[in-house]
Amino acid sequence: MKPDDFEYLARLLRRRSGIVLGQPRPAHIENRLAPVMRRFGFKDVGALVAELRHGRDALARAATEALTTNESSFFRDRAAFDLFRDRVLPAIVERRAGTKRLRLWCAACAAGQEAYSIAMMLDDLKLPQKGWSVDLIATDINSEMIARAEQGLYSHFEVQRGLPIRRLVDHFLQEGQNWRISEPLRRMVTFRPFNLLDSFGWLDDLDVVFCRNVLMYLDPKAKAGVLDKIAEVLVPDGYLLLGPVETPTGLSAAFAAVAGAPGLYSPRVDEGPALARVARR
Amino acid sequence: MKSCLVVDDSRVIRKVACRILSDLGFQTAEAEDGITALESCRAHMPEMILLDWSMPNMTGIEFLRALRRERAGEKPIVVFCTTENDTAHITEALSAGANEYIMKPFDREIIQAKLVEVGLA
Repeated sequence: MKPDDFEYLARLLRRRSGIVLGQPRPAHIENRLAPVMRRFGFKDVGALVAELRHGRDALARAATEALTTNESSFFRDRAAFDLFRDRVLPAIVERRAGTKRLRLWCAACAAGQEAYSIAMMLDDLKLPQKGWSVDLIATDINSEMIARAEQGLYSHFEVQRGLPIRRLVDHFLQEGQNWRISEPLRRMVTFRPFNLLDSFGWLDDLDVVFCRNVLMYLDPKAKAGVLDKIAEVLVPDGYLLLGPVETPTGLSAAFAAVAGAPGLYSPRVDEGPALARVARR
Repeated sequence: MKSCLVVDDSRVIRKVACRILSDLGFQTAEAEDGITALESCRAHMPEMILLDWSMPNMTGIEFLRALRRERAGEKPIVVFCTTENDTAHITEALSAGANEYIMKPFDREIIQAKLVEVGLA
């Protein structure tokens, strides 16, 4: 791959998604773009980039999606899910006991493993059976990943990384060598393709936002923008969960770390977008 | 050092599993069937047992039931590692006292993930 083509792809990805491509790894990039080249009939990356320079939106969208990272597993970073079960859920459920309404957003769900992990934890509490209305929204920039997530079909290898065997038996049905998420859990999650650089206008009154292992790939401006927009759509007593190497420090004043809970943040109600939001109410 | 007994009638599987577990800090021992495994456990009860299902002389599930009746036989964490990959077998294993279940084929990442599940990572 020509350095010039790499630079073009890096600029495209950053402009469309805020993602920083990092060090040039031609084989890696060519591998990721291979399905796009097949689909659109290009023999190599050079030909694909030449066409991208003509400004074809569908091709640019497909190339952007192909270059995103989709690494995920069930209950990835166990400590974060322990925190969700032991600190976040009890607090939120207690605070919402009056309305019996919960809204959660999984902001970059890849093939759905994180969203379904959250769904399993919600199912443990049997909230719907107790009359609760639970909205679990899961989004990802990659529409192919969203299609996979909606299918809820996982390989033998995927279900053995992070998923306790009892949960596999309880929540999946075997289909040959693969395993499909059970219908009740699939129905708990609403999947939708969504670019975090776009307006969050359709999201509001969220109690919990999972935005884990996403900011780490974004440039500083995109990180700050995403954090401020999350603060706008999170309720003042809601929670934000970030990945283990992610922090709002230095990017957004809208969040404060929750003491003794690494990766867990709550909106600051005394400043920033959260204050503006409270003031609007 | 944590100890693991690898029980499988395939010498190749035992070798591969032992190598992965050694890399992950386990002291390993091998047995080729349930009877040999039970004798090994009576001599030295390991912290973990990686257990195949279909083996000659005594199957994995027969071994597990016998193990759990032994003195201190409730202590080892038992992880099935087998090609019996259907829900009925998994449920039967859990009912008999298995702690986790690996569906073959497996790789290092799966073993590592299962060690996290059983608290031995």
